[in-house]
Amino acid sequence: MAKITLSNLAHSYTTNPVSDQDFALKTLNHEWDDGAAYALLGPSGCGKSTLLNIISGLLTPSQGRILFDDQDVTNYDTATRNIAQVFQFPVVYDTMTVAENLSFPLKNRKLPADYVNQRVRDIAEMIGIESLLNHRARGLTADTQQKISLGRGMVREDVNAILFDEPLTVIDPQMKWQLRSQLKALHSQLGHTMIYVTHDQTEALTFADKVVVMSDGEVVQIGTPQELFEKPAHTFVGYFIGSPGMNILPADIVGNTAMICGQKVPLDASYRALNGELALGIRPEFITLTNNPDDLPVTVLSIEDIGRHKIIRTDFFGNELNIVSAQDHDIQEDMKFVTFDRRRINIYENDWLVTP
Amino acid sequence: MKKTVNQKAWFMVLPVLLLVAFSAVIPLMTVVNYSVQDTFGNNEFFWVGLEWFEEIIQSERMHDALIRQILFSSIILIIEIPLGIFIALHMPKKNSLWTSLCLVLIALPLLIPWNVVGTIWQIFSRIDIGLLGYSLDAIGVDYNYTQNAVDAWITIIIMDVWHWTSLVVLLCYAGLQSIPDAYYQAAKIDQASRWNTFRYIELPKMKGVLLIAILLRFMDSFMIYTEPFVVTGGGPGNATTFLSIDLVKMAIGQFDLGPAAAFSLIYFLVILLISWVFYTAMIHTDEENQS
Amino acid sequence: MRISRSNWIMILYILFLMLPIYWLVNMSLKSNQEILDGFSLWPQAITFDNYMTIFTDSSWYMGYVNSIIYVVINTIISLTVALPAAYAFSRYRFMGDKHLFFWLLSNRMAPPAVFALPFFQLYSSVGLFDTHIAVALAHTLFNVPLAVWILEGFMRGVPKEIDETAYIDGYGFFRFFGKIFVPLIASGIGVTAFFCFMFSWVELLLSRTLTAVDAKSIAATMTRTVSASGVDWGVLAAAGVLTIIPGALVIYFVRNHIAKGFALGRV
Repeated sequence: MAKITLSNLAHSYTTNPVSDQDFALKTLNHEWDDGAAYALLGPSGCGKSTLLNIISGLLTPSQGRILFDDQDVTNYDTATRNIAQVFQFPVVYDTMTVAENLSFPLKNRKLPADYVNQRVRDIAEMIGIESLLNHRARGLTADTQQKISLGRGMVREDVNAILFDEPLTVIDPQMKWQLRSQLKALHSQLGHTMIYVTHDQTEALTFADKVVVMSDGEVVQIGTPQELFEKPAHTFVGYFIGSPGMNILPADIVGNTAMICGQKVPLDASYRALNGELALGIRPEFITLTNNPDDLPVTVLSIEDIGRHKIIRTDFFGNELNIVSAQDHDIQEDMKFVTFDRRRINIYENDWLVTP
Repeated sequence: MKKTVNQKAWFMVLPVLLLVAFSAVIPLMTVVNYSVQDTFGNNEFFWVGLEWFEEIIQSERMHDALIRQILFSSIILIIEIPLGIFIALHMPKKNSLWTSLCLVLIALPLLIPWNVVGTIWQIFSRIDIGLLGYSLDAIGVDYNYTQNAVDAWITIIIMDVWHWTSLVVLLCYAGLQSIPDAYYQAAKIDQASRWNTFRYIELPKMKGVLLIAILLRFMDSFMIYTEPFVVTGGGPGNATTFLSIDLVKMAIGQFDLGPAAAFSLIYFLVILLISWVFYTAMIHTDEENQS
Repeated sequence: MRISRSNWIMILYILFLMLPIYWLVNMSLKSNQEILDGFSLWPQAITFDNYMTIFTDSSWYMGYVNSIIYVVINTIISLTVALPAAYAFSRYRFMGDKHLFFWLLSNRMAPPAVFALPFFQLYSSVGLFDTHIAVALAHTLFNVPLAVWILEGFMRGVPKEIDETAYIDGYGFFRFFGKIFVPLIASGIGVTAFFCFMFSWVELLLSRTLTAVDAKSIAATMTRTVSASGVDWGVLAAAGVLTIIPGALVIYFVRNHIAKGFALGRV
């Protein structure tokens, strides 16, 4: 187990990168705490796999260093870095039994047989495949095979980190829940540093202590699920996380007032003079539909009842504005106005969050 | 894929059936016909039952040819299969000009008419004008494939390795190409040795193509005719007279129709039996892979 | 540039493959005088006389023409009959399908030596001896099973839903087959044609047994010249070089599909 430090890291797949666009991963500085569970979240092509491959050592970054604790491992190969990885689809050695699969990484490191047997049994029990130990890996279902891959990732006690590359992609939805909670439980049992790559926000938010949101080769925010929800550091985080995502409205800010589409919206705090492209962001959860003519006028387009809550889609002077309201909120014909919870309003300058 | 039952599909198979019946069944029936009859010429035949079969099975000539054949096929399999795997493992992995060049050059021997393969090696090995023969002679090796049986065998084996290892390489290469990168990455992470990576990842994934490679190389070497015929003509003596060469000698050279026909049938049955074993094994592997 | 160990191995192997071919080319560019007079690694006086002999003597160049004619006929016949059969095997289950498939394959395993004599008699009795069509038909013995096998592999890769969608859209079988299905497996057909071409092109025994004068193949021409008065090494080598060229061209065109064709393991 180790703290992982990424120092001035960047990567480009072209040999002579000139512009920012040439970088698959833009300059990045960060420390990953020892023993924490991280999720790397972002749409496909955002650079999260590149980052994962740099950490695992399958890819050498074009600039910067990676340190495990205080050791520079930038030029170490995967095996020397002592990390484990679980891939998108199950990677099992078909001709071996389940037990042989689990013991393979240990035997290759020439650990004593007694220890190996004990360890294999423990891990098999943890992931619930002890009854299959003598079964051949070939012919097992995809989720069992993926469990074997997970087990093989966790069988070594001394790994610096365990990396997961969208490990639940091929798993059936109902099994996903089970495996995900199993993973979470294993993390608290084993205490390894875990890095989990996914494009599924639910997976990221339920698994991780801290979520690293990436967009276009750049880390836009690192934070707890709550921080991502309440204070998205970038408009991308705002609308990528949450369903529906944050409403982003172009605005002008003067002191403690925001002007959106000619409407005044009072803010909780006063802002310094801002320039650049300004926007007001508010999550649908913090908007209420009212019938008070003093509030902001909207045109209700549709109401979707999705069980636990309702999603109201409205038009606000040509901008799309979504509202999430409680299931028991009674929506009337004359409700054509909205009010924002002013404590929950975030202001963005050129897409980045500004503080008052 | 789930197939639907449709007996009308027979109509689609019919052209193939008729064609193969014409080019395989009718000639085969002629062979069967000859194998149980004898003639004194003038197209007069009389029934001799299984006499030819007995004669052939007991004949030393057939035994010798069969032993030579089995020896030859075993040797080339022992060389070509491991060599083919070895070369395939070292093929460039990424798609580049170098890969294309390797593929084209490697495939080249497969497309040379078999008699030309023979001619190439005949010229290449001659001690007066051939690079190989001349060089060996120059460094003092007593080599002459037209007179020495061992030299003739070595020449023909090297020729077959030259001619056919590429087939094994291409098959194995195709098998290796289908292994996703993640397997190699996992092996690195698990600190698998090079041998273990081969043993547990590459070999299992190549099993199917390898089986086909062995089958094809076995069959084709068992039927080899043209190349040794051109190089050695079956000699010196009968040293390189393999089954097909012997059969053609008997059937077309000596026109011993009865024994040749019996020979043919036994020969064909042996091959059929072995292909059936391989085919069953292949189907079995296919099903295993799909489950 | 540093050359990796893998590349060294490839270079060595390719060198091993190319050396005998180089020697053939070397011989073809020497005069017989030079070949017999002394040993040299490359031609001292390059001459194209050997090639000229082949291009001007009809008994030589007609060998190539004849070979190409029967190879092309064979490829066309093989593909035409194999396409519907492969479709049937890849899509339907029918009585005896598995046995039929194995029986077809067993013909790929048939030793040509077994068939040489009966073919000779069969084609002589129907008056086809020494015609291109006789050789083309004889070669279907191994090429048709092969074509069915390769094509079946490619067709299995095409989802059945495509057929069903086409039928729902009102396509008849023939229109569907020609307009939709065949273009889908075009690369498969290309690979199949390549293998049919290859196996017909390289075969000697049957083509020699079934031809005499009019349809004599280049392979037969070459082996018969050997047994004639002395061996004209230079011309023989030149003839050999010329037989390699069509193969090399064909490989070059299918180089990107060749691995896939082999991958199906249907050779």
